[in-house]
Amino acid sequence: MNNAHGTGLYMDHTGRLHRLAAHSKLVGTLGFVAAVVATPREQWWSFVADGVIVAMVAVLAGLPLGLLARRLTIELPFIAFALLMPFVGNGPTVRLAGVNLSQAGLWSAWSIVAKGTLGVAATVVLASTTAVPQLITGFERLRVPRALTAIGAFMIRYLDVVTGELQRMRVARESRGDRARWLWQAKAVGAGAGALFVRSYERGERVFLAMESRGYTGTLPSVRRGDEPRHWAACLAPAALASACAIAAWRFR
Amino acid sequence: MTEPAPALEVAGLHFTYPDGRHALEGTDLVVFDGEKVAVLGPNGAGKTTLMLHLNGIHTPTRGTVAVGGLPVVKANLREIRRRVGIVFQDPDDQLFMPTVGQDVAFGPANLGLRGDELDARVADALSAVGMSRHRDRAPHHLSFGERRRVALATVLAMQPDVLVLDEPSANLDPASRRELVEILLTLEITLVMVTHDLPYALQLCPRSVVLDSGMAAADGETRTLLADAALLARHRLELPYGFDRRLLEVDGVDAARRV
Repeated sequence: MNNAHGTGLYMDHTGRLHRLAAHSKLVGTLGFVAAVVATPREQWWSFVADGVIVAMVAVLAGLPLGLLARRLTIELPFIAFALLMPFVGNGPTVRLAGVNLSQAGLWSAWSIVAKGTLGVAATVVLASTTAVPQLITGFERLRVPRALTAIGAFMIRYLDVVTGELQRMRVARESRGDRARWLWQAKAVGAGAGALFVRSYERGERVFLAMESRGYTGTLPSVRRGDEPRHWAACLAPAALASACAIAAWRFR
Repeated sequence: MTEPAPALEVAGLHFTYPDGRHALEGTDLVVFDGEKVAVLGPNGAGKTTLMLHLNGIHTPTRGTVAVGGLPVVKANLREIRRRVGIVFQDPDDQLFMPTVGQDVAFGPANLGLRGDELDARVADALSAVGMSRHRDRAPHHLSFGERRRVALATVLAMQPDVLVLDEPSANLDPASRRELVEILLTLEITLVMVTHDLPYALQLCPRSVVLDSGMAAADGETRTLLADAALLARHRLELPYGFDRRLLEVDGVDAARRV
């Protein structure tokens, strides 16, 4: 599997984490994020510990930490928002480098940045070690309604087909002198979008026919298999450690 | 009469689309067990419409279809769709699951197979088309020829009695075309192939039926039909430029099969 469309953030190699069951990883990630969110923001050492946990998991997974850091940039817009908070917050202020900053705002900003970064880091590790189809299967095994997982699966499958069609239409349009840069050329783009919609709709019908021909009667067969306790133990370990940190943080508050 | 029922029996089939277009106007077709039959016809002759009747996707306006003696009616659809496997023209229509393996498992899972039995079916079907290595890949990462072979595997996994192929050679490069012939010739199965690719029909199917304006216009040995220039011209069929007419001679067919 290469890293083209549809596989997105997935890093294709066989690390320890790659082999673990997707549904266990999903629960583990969710548990970790919940523990981080539940940690009181004043206990900064607890967040440091959580950070070490994520970094260790990433190292175990064979993910380069540089890559992890680059992918964290996705949260920059949120950080920008968080950085505004000390300037607009109410209540007692502290004077820092000649500027009055709200104490409550500072705490909020810290909380958003710390918890956000840890949460994003955990999901980046999940997304880098689990291929999208596995994630879908994982959701299925967690009893997420089949209709939702099916929509996800179809979307991933046909995203490529439809983008491919869109590309070919664009190339064909541009080959006939269209540059789609000026407003008066929007008509061609609009017509193209319309054609693409109709084509996708027709494809939907054909896909349905092909499914019916293979005995589809309205429910997708599910692919549930037995659980592996080992996988669960490995996937829940980071969440358990983070929960321990959170509990300790509450006690020593 | 103790003869076994034919694999496929289409009698007096009429079909009118909701928009009033008459696609089939009294089509008859009988295919016996183990036969390989090409349904030839120009675009718009009703080939695809006929195909969609064979597993009950379309319901005849008039006439009957039976598969191995079992009439194609709503109550029998489940069994009919197990018996008749259709490989559609565009593999992107057929392959919709996230991975090749899951897609091949879709049909047999609908038939109620689970666990090891399902796994074995998937493995057998993929190995029959030489795609075992690609089980965990996503369909959109395969070449067109590979996708068509996987599409064939998705149907073989249901172990159908009759395999129906819609334009199997469409959009294939010569190597993929040859690979597909090689696979299809190894299958011991009743085969109906809908196409306007005459050399492909000659290579795979000893018998052909010419369909035009919704009716079977000719039925006979593929070689004989293709040698009849007047017949082909009447039904807007043509042998491609450069076709070696010696293949239409009696000993030519064996040579053609070996190509």
